[in-house]
Order: sequence, then structure tokens, then C-alpha cells
Amino acid sequence: MQLEGRALSWRYGNGPWLFQNYSITIQPGEVVGLIGPSGCGKTTLGRLLAGYSKPLTGEVKVPGRARNHTGYDPVQLIFQHPERAVNPRWRMAKTLTEGWSPDTELLESLGIKEEWLQRYPNELSGGELQRCCIARALGPNTQFLIADEMTTMLDAVTQAQIWHTVLHHASVRQIGLLVISHDHALVSRICTRTLTFG
Amino acid sequence: MNRTSTLYHDRRHRRWNERSRTFISAILALILLASIGIGSWLLGSSGLSVQLENRNLAPSFLHLFGTDWLGRDMLSRTVKGLWLSIRVGLLGAACSVIIAAAMGLMAATLGQTADRIISWLIDVFLSVPHLVMLILIAFVCGGGLKGIAIGIMLTHWPSLARIIRAEALQLMSTDYVLVARKLGSSRFTIAMRHLAPHLLPQLLVGLLVLFPHAVLHEAAITFLGLGMSPHQPAIGIILSESMRYLSTGMWWLAVFPGLGLLLTVRAFDKLGNHLRQLVDPRHTHL
Repeated sequence: MQLEGRALSWRYGNGPWLFQNYSITIQPGEVVGLIGPSGCGKTTLGRLLAGYSKPLTGEVKVPGRARNHTGYDPVQLIFQHPERAVNPRWRMAKTLTEGWSPDTELLESLGIKEEWLQRYPNELSGGELQRCCIARALGPNTQFLIADEMTTMLDAVTQAQIWHTVLHHASVRQIGLLVISHDHALVSRICTRTLTFG
Repeated sequence: MNRTSTLYHDRRHRRWNERSRTFISAILALILLASIGIGSWLLGSSGLSVQLENRNLAPSFLHLFGTDWLGRDMLSRTVKGLWLSIRVGLLGAACSVIIAAAMGLMAATLGQTADRIISWLIDVFLSVPHLVMLILIAFVCGGGLKGIAIGIMLTHWPSLARIIRAEALQLMSTDYVLVARKLGSSRFTIAMRHLAPHLLPQLLVGLLVLFPHAVLHEAAITFLGLGMSPHQPAIGIILSESMRYLSTGMWWLAVFPGLGLLLTVRAFDKLGNHLRQLVDPRHTHL
């Protein structure tokens, strides 16, 4: 029951290869850090693993993912820019319940206030939106979470609070985590294994 | 001196911005539509009956638009003809918008094969001139009101469908739609809940831009004698019949119905263009 990317390659158009024959495995409950310089393909790798794009070579094996990619995906990706990951015309309550209905306990542990639910995305800050995106991605069928620079825009205290909650849920429910980040301190603090990319 | 006049011009231009101009043209178009509708209802059918003693009268206070060679009141005929054209045009344009929305959304959400088929269909329809296609469909459907309405519905959707498809495809690649797919939303749910609300303004503009088109085409095809029966007071029939009497100096037979058609089409065309500029500053070319 592991998330496995085998011999993955990607390049944009006819440009240089970002990575070739790259293999990665994430076990349930494991917290893996992925560190590398800007533009080396970390986000692209995350998108391949989450099934947003099809790798040019190799394959991504996920237990429980439908062949035609329908239904709730066991691998959820949290984007670097939350304001682009929510429909600007939907109130937060609708956005939060798109895949499942998070309970109040989870909302509270992520610091999501009830009054935010009736607001539109442009009435919330980036950090507030990101917490909603995290709550949305922590559905009961989520087995792997790919956090792409998830807390880069937050202050240290909020960052600690959010990671505390996410790590707690990951360990309780045995969710495998891939932490994509520039922040060496964060990765060395929370990850059980660190991969250097690029 | 020159500078003062430019400044004055600028100030006057600023007072009427796009929003207020749109509002004014919407009010004018609505007043026109309401007066034609109410006028057609108030005038009744008495003006349409043949009164041979009142033949060929020039415009007067009794008959504002004059009478024709059978003594029928031209005001009644014009207003009723316009109302008929507007109803046909509205029906045709509304159905065209629905078809365009369905086609555009299907092309964007149902995958590449569906997209190719629909794009091909759009190209095929666009490659044949509107009017030829309209005549063909109206003829196949047996002419009359039904034939024209169906013809307009089936010929006016491709240009709008192409715009809707492009917009929907762009929306399909946004992060929040990708996330929605991963959260298990079906294609239909995404089309209805994510895409359709974003496309609503485009569809509204499409309706207002297509409507005058449809009215003009309805009049044109009736003028050519392929549309409604000569008993119905359609603007195209009135104009086509008046051609025979123009040379005898009966100018009022063509001028007033023609002006009425021009006014209606121009009012809605202007409203549609204003609204288009408001909704999309980059201009959506229909």
C-alpha cells in the first residue's frame, strides 16, 4: 500500500529534461522531505505523483486510484498558491465540503473560524485560504498528501500550528506525506527522510 | 482654444461612462420592446382587415403610417409584424444560446474526441453562409413560423459555441477545477457548478448579440418568400410586397416598416455591444 513513482521523466516541450528515470516511494505514515533549488522540477514531480499530469515515461502506482482517474483520489495535492485552488465565486462553506464534510474538530485544530465559511475567497487572506485547502484535502479516503510549499506564505507560529495538526492527522491515520520545500530547517525538523532533488 | 475644446469633450465623455451608456441603451431597448408588445396587443386585428374604401392613403392623423393597396392600416401591420419578428428572433436566439452552451461545455469536459467532433461541427456550420443554411433548413422543415424558428436555432449557435468552448477549456485547466476532479466531482458536476456560472455573462451577451442577427435573418428569409405565409403580417412580407408599389410613389409602405426594423435591430445591437465591452474588455468577437 505504498505510493510509488517508477522511472519517471518529464520535460516541457522540447526543453531540457527536468528529471529522467526518477523513482520515488512513499510508505503510509512516512514523512518524506523533497528539497531542491527553484525550477528543478519539484512541483512537476508532485503533480505527476498526484495524477495532474501523465509522466512522459514510467508510471505512478497508487493503491485505490481508479484507472480513468474518476472518484476521490487517494493522493491529494496542496498547492503553493491557495487563491488559485479555490473557485472565486464559491463561498468557503461550499469549497470546504466539495469532496467531503470536515468536522468542526478538524476545522478548529486548523484554526478555521466559523465566520470564514460564509465569506468569498477574496475576503480571506492567503494563510486563511490555505488552511481551508488543507481541511478540504484531508478527506477520509486520503492516503497520501503532497504538500507543495504549503506553509511558505505563513508566519512561523501559524506554520507550526498547521504542521502540528497535519502531522497529527498523518500519524493517526497513517497518511504518507511528501513535503516539497525550500526550507531546510522545516524539512529537517518534521521529516523522517529527506530527498535532495535536482 | 483648441485645448479647451478637447478638455470639454473629455469631461463630457467621462460623464457618460460605459456602465451608464449600457444602462441607457438597456432602458431604451426595453421601452421599445414594451411599446411594440403592448402596441401589438392594443391595436387588435381590426387594422388588418381589408377596407377597400381606404386604399392607398398617405400618412395622416387617422392612419399615422398610411394604408396599403387593400386599405389595411400600415401602423397595425408594422407593429404586429415587428412583434412577430421579435418573438421569432428571441426564440431562435435563446435556443441558439442553449445549443452553444451545451456544445461548448461538452467540448471542454467530455475529452478530446468529443472536442474534435464538436470543433469539426462548428467549422462545418461556419463554412456555409448563414442564410443559405437557414433557407435549406427552413425549406426542409416545411417553411412557416416553425421552419424559420428551427432554422435560426440551428444556424446561429456555432460562433458563440466557439467562444464558450475556448473559455470553458481555459477554466478546465485552472487549479480549482483540477482539484475538483481529484476530489471526485464528475464531469457533469464540474460543467454545471464550476464552469456554467463563469460563462453566464458570456451567454447573456451572446443572446443580445444574436437576437438582432436572428431578427434580420428572419426578415430576410421572409422577404425572399421562403418564410411565413403571406397572410401573416411579418416585416419581411410587408417589405417584399411594398416593392411592387414603390414605383407608384407609395413610399410609406416601405419606409415605416423598414425604419421600425432598423430601430429594433440597432437598439439591441447597441445594447449587446455595450454589454460585451463591460463583460469582456478584450472584446469577444462574435
